[in-house]
This record gives sequence, structure tokens and C-alpha cells, in this order.
Amino acid sequence: MITDSSSNDIPLKLLEMGCLPGNEVKLLQLAPFSDPMYLNVNDSFLAIRKETASLIVIEKINE
Amino acid sequence: MSKQINVALIGNPNTGKTSVFNALTGLNQKVGNYPGITVDKKQGICKLSRGVKAHILDLPGTYSLNASSLDENVVIELLLNKNDKDYPDVAVIVSDVENLKRNLLLFTQIKDLKIPTLLVINMSDVMKRKGISLDVEVLEEKLNTKIALVSTRKGTGIQELKKLIEQYKTLPKKQCLDASTIEPAYFERLQKAFPNQDIYKLWLVITQDANFGKVSRQELDVSKFKTKSTSELKRLQQKEAIKRYQFINNVLKEGQNIDRSKARDLRSKLDRVLIHKVWGYVIFFIILLTIFQAIYDWATFPMDLIDTTFAGLAEWVKSSYPNGGKVTDLVAEGIVSGIGGIVIFIPQIAFLFLFISILEESGYMSRVVFLMDRIMRRFGLSGKSLVPLISGTACAIPAVMATRNIENWKERLITILVTPFTTCSARLPVYLIIIALVIPEGYIFGLSYQALTLMLLYLIGFGMAVFSAYVLDRIMKTNRKTFFVVEMPNYKLPLLKNVLITVFEKTKTFVFEAGKIILAISVILWVLASYGPGEKFNNAEAIVAEQYADLSDAKIDDKVAAYRLEHSYIGIIGKTIEPVIKPLGYDWKIGIGLVASFAAREVFVGTLATIYSVGSATENESIDTIKTKMSNEIYEDGSKVFTFASGISLLLFYAFAMQCMSTLAIVKRETKSWKWPMIQLIGMSTIAYIFALIAFQILN
Repeated sequence: MITDSSSNDIPLKLLEMGCLPGNEVKLLQLAPFSDPMYLNVNDSFLAIRKETASLIVIEKINE
Repeated sequence: MSKQINVALIGNPNTGKTSVFNALTGLNQKVGNYPGITVDKKQGICKLSRGVKAHILDLPGTYSLNASSLDENVVIELLLNKNDKDYPDVAVIVSDVENLKRNLLLFTQIKDLKIPTLLVINMSDVMKRKGISLDVEVLEEKLNTKIALVSTRKGTGIQELKKLIEQYKTLPKKQCLDASTIEPAYFERLQKAFPNQDIYKLWLVITQDANFGKVSRQELDVSKFKTKSTSELKRLQQKEAIKRYQFINNVLKEGQNIDRSKARDLRSKLDRVLIHKVWGYVIFFIILLTIFQAIYDWATFPMDLIDTTFAGLAEWVKSSYPNGGKVTDLVAEGIVSGIGGIVIFIPQIAFLFLFISILEESGYMSRVVFLMDRIMRRFGLSGKSLVPLISGTACAIPAVMATRNIENWKERLITILVTPFTTCSARLPVYLIIIALVIPEGYIFGLSYQALTLMLLYLIGFGMAVFSAYVLDRIMKTNRKTFFVVEMPNYKLPLLKNVLITVFEKTKTFVFEAGKIILAISVILWVLASYGPGEKFNNAEAIVAEQYADLSDAKIDDKVAAYRLEHSYIGIIGKTIEPVIKPLGYDWKIGIGLVASFAAREVFVGTLATIYSVGSATENESIDTIKTKMSNEIYEDGSKVFTFASGISLLLFYAFAMQCMSTLAIVKRETKSWKWPMIQLIGMSTIAYIFALIAFQILN
């Protein structure tokens, strides 16, 4: 679950795709060298780089 | 006069917006440019009923009204400008059923502009399989709109959509989100400053100014309004997104039901293989190999057919109008050969566009982006650079334009600079004919040597692109943050209709755009080759007859023609540059081809065709195909012009040299300066010369 995505370096596009506090993120797959990351957020399937991903604060939840 | 309704199709990428467009307009469409920029403007006409027509504009795909690229900016520019002649009477938002939530974000934004807005939910045929059920009535009520459930694959729902478009005046105009709730104090101040304007529009202009800085302000001049810092604006935008999603979630809670247990089987299964750490790359390589085999092998048959047809046509012109003199010659040798030189490559170009559009339509291209990002980044590129580099194999011009969705300027610039190294379809003609001349026939593991050579040339081009990107990355400094967001769309079976329309449109554009240049150059060349200055050209017959008194008439005619060509204007040009290109293994005739190629490389073959048919234009001689003529071409001492060494040298020259004025023009437009295209021209041509030189000197 995302708890904070207010860093200034997170592209707006990512916010609009649903990377907002309260939404769940699921890591689906990693490319070689674990970068980029293939995620499912807010029903969207996205790939973002580790660099960007590291700006999003998350909290583990159990399913 | 019949009534016309202006319709704008708007939607996220990968929602099948183009399929809806194709379904509505069929082949009644045309692709043009927006004034001043090179974003494709696709529009078409759709008949509704009783003489009512809809003018349909297919806007570039966008995730929201907050543009971050030129393409997306087109959408907001249009929607904020009521005076634009394309300003829509009704906006049709195309969304796909699986990503309804995200698609609705854009929907609410557009609806808040108070434009009558319709919602199309595409791919409704997969709903059941994916476990999704919708209560359309509830959705319509909550969203204050009308909804058309459409399946472009099955062809259902299009008639209903047409009806809804026609009744656009009955659409409710209620807004989804009251912008002032984002931050009441700020928006109150804004409204006071501009009492007659819509605050949401004002807000959009302010944020666009901050983020993109390109909105033409027109009546919405907010420049005097004291606004907030960029980071504060961004915070408000985040708040806006949250508010919008709250609204959307409330709507969907009642209107949509998803049974998750049924979902996403195919995607995860395919992804496990297609972006696997090993298999992913193996599969990608096999796909590339298949494409090259197809271009080379499968296209041979139609090409041979075209080749013989045009040779026959030229001969027919000659024999039908034997008394036409110069006019017959011009038609047979200049025009017919010139057109033949371009038409012959239609099969291959069509094949290439076919594969590229299938890869894009199926959703595979995004997987390649994902697989390659890390590797490409090492060279200063982005995974997204791969799409331009791959479409560069069709043509560098759309490829350079395709770099627009690379968010980082440095990565984008490097991609633009190196893209022309990839083997574009204009190089194909040159490669094919030279490969056919100097590479022996034969097969290894079921692949022909010639096809492998072609593949190797593609790899060399790609390798050079990546290598120079690496060098450029080291040279150029930057301090901008990179970011990278790629949507991984669902896998889809490509729609045959979409693929065919793309192939048809792109091939047509290529043939006509390139064809014009080629035809013009063919005619100019023919003139330059048929006239010459002074004694030597005009008295060729007498001079040759004197020199070779003991030869038969036919042979003398040949000699005369050759002598004449040598002393024509074009011969003089070729001879002048011969010392420069001699070390590369070329004679002056190839030199002429090279000079002509600097306008556009595909004219090389046509040029040689023109030159050689002028050279052997003696009466009664049948017109050979270009290939035979080239392989018969010999130096004075009897050695062949096109040997393995000179062939390879020529291939390398064409692989690296920047010989395309249109690309330079596009690069200028995209980078907004002559600096970068000039660097490209000089840099690439120097590399080409050096490589060709080394190759010829070693192999010879």
C-alpha cells in the first residue's frame, strides 16, 4: 500500500495513473538486474525504473 | 447543405481508439499535420443518417489533460480553444473495459470543460471472460453521460455510438468535480481575478504553463495572476487526482463489479515467458530473424514480377514510339526507370510496416521496452528508445517523431541523433541490389547467405547507433532527473483491419513522398546525362569512329554511347569526385549515384538505372534489368566494377552515411536548431567514409 507519493520528482503521470496514497501496489516481475520494475497499481500495469520507484513510500500489507 | 457535427475522439493509449476511428470512418480518412508541428492529425468523415455527417478527429492518445509531450499538448490546445475550427461539438472518450478506473480520470477532466461528452467502453466482448460486469444505467446516471458499449473486434455497438453522436445536444453538461474544492481559498482568489472565466479552465492553463509552458493563452491570459510555486502547484494537482479518483471510485462501486478470480490469466502466463530473463531475449531475437527472412525471401517473388514488368514497359515505350526521339528516351529511360526503381520496393516496405504494426498492436512492443531499458540505459538511451530504433527500420522520419514520448531530453536527443544509423527502408533498395550482386547464393541452416548478410547489416546499423549513443552520452552533460513510465497493455490479437490500414497508409505515404523526389531526380539525371558541353560530347561519333576504325558497327555504337556519357554534364561531375571515392573502390558512375543519394539514398538504384540505360541506349538492344546491367559493368581493363570488396565498401558507406534531406529537416524541427542535424550530417558521413575505406583496402 502506498503511504506517500508527494516527492517532487515523481512524474505527474505516475500520480494520475493511480500512484496515490491508499492505493495498493503489487510487484509483478523484475527485468534483469531488477530494473525496471513491473507493477500493478490501481488496476494499471506499469513499468517504472527503480530510481523512480524508490521515491514512493510504501507499507507492506498481507493479502 | 448537410449538417456536420465535429467529433473529437479522445482516450488513453492502448484503448482501441484507433480501432473505433477506423470502424467509424473506414477508409474515409486522411492523415495530415497540425500546423507548425509534426504530430499526425488523423481525421475522417462518418455518415450518421439523413444527410447528417460527422467530422471525426482522432486526437493523440493521452492519460490526462496535463500534457507532458507535444502529442498530448495537441489535445489540450484544441479543447481550450473554442475558436478552433476543429473544436468539438461532442467529445467521445474511448476507454477500455479493463482499465475503466484510469480511463475515467481523463473523462472527468474533459467533462469538466463543459464539452458534451460521450463515453465509449471498448472491448466489451471480453467482459464476461474477465469477470467484469457493468451496470450501464447507474454509470450513465452517476457520470451524467451516455455510454456506448462497443466491441471493435466483434463490430458491435458502432451503430448505437453513431446514434448517440447524432443526439449530442441532449447530453447533460453537469461537471464531475467542482474544482474549487481542491483548495477553496486559492480558487476563490482565482475566480475573483477572472470573474467571467471558468475556474477549471484557468487552473488548467496555469498548471500547463508551469509544467509544459506551451499553451497559447488567447483569452485566458493568466500571466498577471500571482500564482504558487511549482511544487505547491504539483501538490494541488496531486490533490486534484485524489479527488477525481474518489469520485470515480464512488461511481464504480455501484456501477462495476469485478470478479478477480477470473482475471489476468493470459497476461501473466505470456509475461512469464515473453519477458523472461533468458527466453524473453531469445524470443525477441527469433522474431527479428523472422522479419528479416520475410523481407528478403518472401518479398522476392512480387519484386521480380515488378522488375520484369517495368523493364518490359520501358521496352514497350521504345518500340511503340520509335520516332519520338528525345521524348521517347526521356519517358523510357528517365521516367519509367525512375518509377520502376521505387515501385519495386513496395513489397518489402509493406512487409516491414506489417510486422511493426503487428508488434505494436499486440502489446509486445511494450515488453521489449521493458526488457531493454536497463541495457539501453547503459548507452545513454532509454528502453523507449527502442521503439524509434525499431521503427527506424521503416523510416527515420516517423522514428524521430516517435522519440517524443521519451520524457528525458538528453535521452531523447541522443535517440534522435543515432536513429538514422538504423537501416531504414530507403537503404533496402541499395542493400538488396548490391547483396544480390556480390554475395553468393546458398543456404546455411535454412537461411540464405544473402538474408544473413542483410540481417548483419541491420545489426551493424543498430550496433553503430548504440555505440555512438554511448560516446554521445559520455560527451554530453546533463543534470536533469530521468523518469520513465511505461504502460504494459494487455495482449491482444491484432485486428486485421487496423494492421492493413496502417500498412496501406504508411506504404502510400512512403511511395508518394519518396517517389516525388526520386522521379524528379531521375529526370534531372537523365537530362544531365543526355547533354554535355563542348566538342567531345557533340562529336562523340566522329571521335570514336576515328579511334576504333576496325570495330563492327554495333560495337562502335556502344563505344559512342559510353564516350558520350563520360563527357556529359553528369559524367563531368562523376569524374570530378572520382579521386575522392577511388580509394573506396568506386568508379565515377557510382560517384554520380552517391552524389544523387545525398538528397535521399533510395535514388541510388534509380540513378544507376538511369545512367546505365543511357549508357547502353543503342537501338534494338533489349532493356535489361538493372541487376544484369550492373553485374556486366566493367572497368577499361576488363575487371568488374562490382566486386566483393567494392560491394562491401558500398554497403558500409550506405549503412553509416547520412543521406536523407527529409530526416535532417525533421531533426531540425524536433531539436529546434541546425546544430544537431549538421553534427549528424558531418559525423555520420565521416564515419561512413572511414569504414568504407578500411573495408575496401583490406578486402581488395
